[in-house]
Amino acid sequence: MSIMATVKDISCDSEAQLADMIRTGGPFVVTGGGTSRIGLAEGDRLLWTGAQFDYDPGALTLVVSAGMAVDAVSARLAEEHQRLAFEPPDLGPLLGRDGARSIGGMVATNASGPRRVAVGACRDACLGVRFVDGRGKIVKNGGRVMKNVTGLDLVKLMAGSQGTLGVLTEVSLKTQPIPETTATLIFEGQTEVEAVNTMSRALGTPFDITGAAHLRQVADGTPARTLLRLEGIESAVRYRVEALQQRLSDLGEAAVEWEAAQSEATWRAIRDVTRFVGVPGDVWRLSVTPSEAPGLVAAIAPLDVIYDWGGGRLWLLMSAGTDVRAKMGKGHATLVRASDETKRALGVFPPENRLVAQLSKGLRQKFDPEQKFNPGMMG
Amino acid sequence: MDMPTPNPDLLAQKPKLVAQLRAVLPSDAVIDAPEEVRAYECDALTAYRCAPLVAVLPSTTEEVAAILRICHQMGVPVVPRGSGTSLAGGALPTADCVILGVARLREVIEINTSDRYIRVQTGMTNLSVTAAVESDGFFYAPDPSSQLACAIAGNIAMNSGGAHCLKYGVTTNNLLGVTLVLADGEVVEIGGAHMDAGGLDLLGVICGSEGQLGVVTEATLRILPKPEGARPVLIGFDSNEVAGACVADIIKSGLIPVAIEFMDRPIIRATESFAGAGYPDCEALLIVEVEGSPQEIADQLARITTIAKRHNPVEIRESQGPEESARIWLGRKSAFGAMGQMGDYICLDGTIPVGALPTVLKRIGELSEAAGHMVGNVFHAGDGNMHPLILFDANEPGQLESAEALGADILKLCVDVGGCLTGEHGVGVEKRDLMTHQFSPADLEAQMAVKDVFDPTWILNPAKVFPLAVSAGRRGAQ
Repeated sequence: MSIMATVKDISCDSEAQLADMIRTGGPFVVTGGGTSRIGLAEGDRLLWTGAQFDYDPGALTLVVSAGMAVDAVSARLAEEHQRLAFEPPDLGPLLGRDGARSIGGMVATNASGPRRVAVGACRDACLGVRFVDGRGKIVKNGGRVMKNVTGLDLVKLMAGSQGTLGVLTEVSLKTQPIPETTATLIFEGQTEVEAVNTMSRALGTPFDITGAAHLRQVADGTPARTLLRLEGIESAVRYRVEALQQRLSDLGEAAVEWEAAQSEATWRAIRDVTRFVGVPGDVWRLSVTPSEAPGLVAAIAPLDVIYDWGGGRLWLLMSAGTDVRAKMGKGHATLVRASDETKRALGVFPPENRLVAQLSKGLRQKFDPEQKFNPGMMG
Repeated sequence: MDMPTPNPDLLAQKPKLVAQLRAVLPSDAVIDAPEEVRAYECDALTAYRCAPLVAVLPSTTEEVAAILRICHQMGVPVVPRGSGTSLAGGALPTADCVILGVARLREVIEINTSDRYIRVQTGMTNLSVTAAVESDGFFYAPDPSSQLACAIAGNIAMNSGGAHCLKYGVTTNNLLGVTLVLADGEVVEIGGAHMDAGGLDLLGVICGSEGQLGVVTEATLRILPKPEGARPVLIGFDSNEVAGACVADIIKSGLIPVAIEFMDRPIIRATESFAGAGYPDCEALLIVEVEGSPQEIADQLARITTIAKRHNPVEIRESQGPEESARIWLGRKSAFGAMGQMGDYICLDGTIPVGALPTVLKRIGELSEAAGHMVGNVFHAGDGNMHPLILFDANEPGQLESAEALGADILKLCVDVGGCLTGEHGVGVEKRDLMTHQFSPADLEAQMAVKDVFDPTWILNPAKVFPLAVSAGRRGAQ
């Protein structure tokens, strides 16, 4: 899927050099590994390659260059038995891209996986940012500490801004210990209404569910599965699996996957939307309230659907060119994978109410007055 | 601490302003008598006081919008006020301002336990939100110490935290949507009951904006299932360094306690003579609390005490039940009261990287001695959020000033070791003039640019957060 007409690649590793490039050039397509960009933009590809890495496992914090690869960072964290709690997805395969996803791209897209339902999104783990704005100004906000209310929070604003406000150069992130044990409870054969009800009940227990997803029956005969993940110290997980089974005993017998590697593969596939990789059709990502999800899915009638976040996030596989937004009530829909023509016709990012659109436009004008970054991508 | 000179034109226009406000509000919602507006002259930063021109107490979003339309048109500054518990002077008036109090916005709008959210008007107190969902087995997680009194509006404005945020996060992590009234009276819906923003994360920048961007009248908040139980362990050490090392080891072990609280010797002694919680007389005390089923709690506490024992503690006291838990927390919870009995105090809340704890405590000791003010330290150690309490005598001329100077030195120290000026109380007026120590002109310019978008004429809480010299050009444009 070609999204941009790249004239040339520009690579920088010093903020001063980057600022100079921005002041004198443009427009730019701000790029990390190029694996997760979904919006349409044209311009010179601007890459940031700094290598800062300052990790304090005892404080659960990490200061890292936005140019570093997520996998390399994860490997370094794993040496200290820690990880990025929000489970950032790798959408490269889904989008047909083969680059290495970067920290900057992860933050700029607020990439959050199944654990979001328990620990928050990428933006919730972002403690600080450094970036260069469209006027070539180097700006820092937040810091490296977990609690910080000093001044306005531009960290959250930068997270998920799709590179439209500035080029991230450095990010501070909260890390999380990797739990001793993971188990997944599996209910088979539930309808989507039953599945969301199961997930809501489970998420309403005090047992710290860190993943709640539902997958439809597969053509090969694998039945529909409702999946609930529990993580923690082993004795706690054993207790909670049993307690949860008791609370949900009226829903029938649940199988338990105790093999950590198997659980990891299952949740990684949900995280990366592997089910739709190589399957023809457009892919939409919806953010909704869980109890409204099954009705909405029935109204939209997608080719396939993945319920994540207890039903709060839906991945829909649709016939090419179909617009799902007409059926949406509350919440919003993002067009993640489609042809450029479809993306141009339907818009990638959800429409906003008049005032939100006005405020967002005002912010983009302040930070990038000449529209140098990903021009037109978010409106 | 300087505040802008009141605008004489606005003072002269008071009768016109009051008349316009009375035209859109019930008569008891407009307070203009000089002896009555004095009730709003300060918040919990009581060292600074100034009666506002007028105070208004709207009951609906429409009334808030009407007030802002009038003030916007007349160019009158508006200082939003929750319950007035700000320790940073966030709700401190100027003589030419309207105080907009949210105290009458107290309705629960919707409770949805299956989708785990509650929608409330923001004058509700923090604790009353939990009370509304408690019978369903849920709670609202952010738990600032003032939770009995503080309003959700103020929590959102200051991005309030609390002792238990190590596990549950602060307000921004628990806020899903708001109804925001902009400076010109336009009402905008941002976010909702769903989890993420579709476009720019405006909610993220509104939370913690200290009343600079708008007035939040309704909020959708995430609610969580109540844990099965919780129990603390008290661990005493004969050095701050060792206590700090123990905190780091607990965190590195993979456990996530819901709270790790730290008290130093001055605080331990003060609380002992005040509350008699039975704390050992030692250099540093940790209270580590974990949650779960009885068995989970026992397992986690066993691991924590094993780690603690490697650091040769002078005492380990594991709570065996609710009474003992209450006793362990008693001293911590009376720390502020205990210091208050010894004199007036300033409470700071700079945050530092956890690893810098021993260095910072040592340096605070030196600064305290040099300044001649006793400083007690009680804080959330798991996240490095310090709370140095500086004692002074308000009746002694010069004492407030020297205590404030010591406070400024301590906050600069927090920034210099890689931390920040404020972890949960906010900047307000208290730390306003220190902002240039943490931020470059470009950093502050970027933040002010956001305010320009939401509040182009700078009528909302204009003398806060940004040093007056830095914001002068913008405020002058009013």
